[in-house]
Amino acid sequence: MYVAVKGGERAIENAHAWLAEERRGDRDIAELSIAQIREQLKLAVDRVMAEGSLYDPDLAALAIKQARGDLIEAIFLIRAYRTTLPRFGASRPVSTGAMACDRRISATFKDLPGGQVLGPTFDYTHRLLDFKLAADGEVPEAPRAAKAQPAEMPHVTGFLNREGLIEEAPAEDTTPPDLTREPLEIPAGRALRLQALARADEGFTLGLAYSTQRGYARNHAFVGELRIGTVAVEMDIPELGFAIEIGELTLTECETVNQFKGSKTEPPQFTRGYGLVFGQSERKAISMALVDRALRWEELGEDFIGAPAQDAEFVLYHADNIQATGFLEHIKLPHYVDFQAELELVRKMRSEVTDANPAREAAE
Amino acid sequence: MNDYNFAYLDEQTKRMIRRAILKGLAIPGYQVPFASREMPMPYGWGTGGVQVSAAILTPGDTFKVIDQGADDTTNAVSIRKFFERTAGVATTEHTGEATVIQTRHRIPETPLTEDQILVFQVPIPEPLRFLEPRESETRKMHSLEEYGLMHVKLYEDISRHGHIATSYAYPVRVEGRYVMDPSPIPKFDNPKLDRSPAIQLFGAGREQRIYAIPPYTRVVSLDFEDHPFEASKADHPCDLCGAEDSYLDEVIIDDAGNRMFVCSDSDYCASRQAQGHRGRLSPEVA
Repeated sequence: MYVAVKGGERAIENAHAWLAEERRGDRDIAELSIAQIREQLKLAVDRVMAEGSLYDPDLAALAIKQARGDLIEAIFLIRAYRTTLPRFGASRPVSTGAMACDRRISATFKDLPGGQVLGPTFDYTHRLLDFKLAADGEVPEAPRAAKAQPAEMPHVTGFLNREGLIEEAPAEDTTPPDLTREPLEIPAGRALRLQALARADEGFTLGLAYSTQRGYARNHAFVGELRIGTVAVEMDIPELGFAIEIGELTLTECETVNQFKGSKTEPPQFTRGYGLVFGQSERKAISMALVDRALRWEELGEDFIGAPAQDAEFVLYHADNIQATGFLEHIKLPHYVDFQAELELVRKMRSEVTDANPAREAAE
Repeated sequence: MNDYNFAYLDEQTKRMIRRAILKGLAIPGYQVPFASREMPMPYGWGTGGVQVSAAILTPGDTFKVIDQGADDTTNAVSIRKFFERTAGVATTEHTGEATVIQTRHRIPETPLTEDQILVFQVPIPEPLRFLEPRESETRKMHSLEEYGLMHVKLYEDISRHGHIATSYAYPVRVEGRYVMDPSPIPKFDNPKLDRSPAIQLFGAGREQRIYAIPPYTRVVSLDFEDHPFEASKADHPCDLCGAEDSYLDEVIIDDAGNRMFVCSDSDYCASRQAQGHRGRLSPEVA
């Protein structure tokens, strides 16, 4: 006998209790602290801050803990929290030229003012599982540089600019639109596109960037410069009449130098792609720069060849993993009503077909 | 949960949403872009409807939530609880008692009144989306009232299948102007949209759109003179309350694949049973 499905409320509560227990795991194993996640899973924390669009390592670490390590779920927690925060104002644009760099490399010049600084990179590690880490994670202190870093680290693209070899990127004072406060509308200017890409899913951005390298709107990118480090955040305080430093951020910035043969409207010169991401995320920053460059086809007078990475509407509407995962996963919610309507329709259409072809029915 | 504002959203956000709602009511069927917020439930779970409800609820309201017509489906329970916690409003399962009803995929069977607002959760607000994936194009088509593509699609359905092969989210024309997606309600519910005394609001969170049907607005399901629109449902009475006029869910009741049909509107069915109506599989009354 059919019993109406009741007790949804109790089922939900019990599911939540079970989820909490699963999150904790074996109680004989020490519980993770927020500080441990923040310090030892820093790149995960960085990704959650970048795609969550909220710079707060402790909250990001908490979100990772609560989400059982599911980073998109953690990003969602941060987004949902972020949207409730009051806004006190906007900072001044940060100066990446004044970045205290942990890492700064150029793939286009062997040496350059400020030097190549490798920093804490996986690049030249051998990907061999380190079994010692399983037993004992203690490490000796790394050696430190004797001389201090210069206060200003000039951008590589600045050197190219002096020769007029790279397109100008004039400073702009207009306030960029805010994706989180206004609905996304197409066509989107570059500032808005970059804003969307900065919080876009890392995997999606990587896939798009990779597709440009394989010929879907290839844009011949060189990493002119990649830098990671901290920058000061300054804010104008009206009561004081001047700007004060309110904190600092770790950022990854990538500037690509792209070959360009010239178009109907632009002379042959190098062009630019730009990526800027919270925390340390080179993969994301480089991907962002490649996709940014691909999306600029129109302003550079290039042809639209129909590649996904050139298509701003396609990229911007599908890059947000919180939107994507929500809509994708919602198909597991009940759809009895729609399905019932489809059942009726398919039955009706089938009966019409079998009425029209009784012979076929008999043959089956 | 008292750290949050009444009905969760801050007043500025609610004001922004109310503006979009008012604009939607002023231009029936037109999709108004709004700055949808990230809500504490995922996109796809009704964030558009939740934001609309949050913007219109007042402390004196009585709130009802249904999903697939039922008050006790898990997501309906979850959304009702969310507003119980964040707004502290009274809630009900009875259609007649509610002042605001949030729904996913159904319109209640009990006719609505002028004192009620029906809030629909909308996944894809654009009725032309599956004919043209680009928002920039579909907005142009709406502004030029260029709906030929939709009529061609419906015509092709008829020529291929003998009738229009759309059974839910069946497109409508509002007040002779905008073609509108009524959300994935079965086409059985479409006639209820027409000249409804209640305000009908539609919220699409992920797609950042709000649209509306003011009371007593003409809402016509698209069709052709020789292939008129037909609201359809399973050709059975309800097995629990005997209703012949309500939309039915089909439930598989045993391993042999036997079926029963029950009202999808749980309140309608329960009220009828309370009035003594019986169906084929109703328990014997002692």
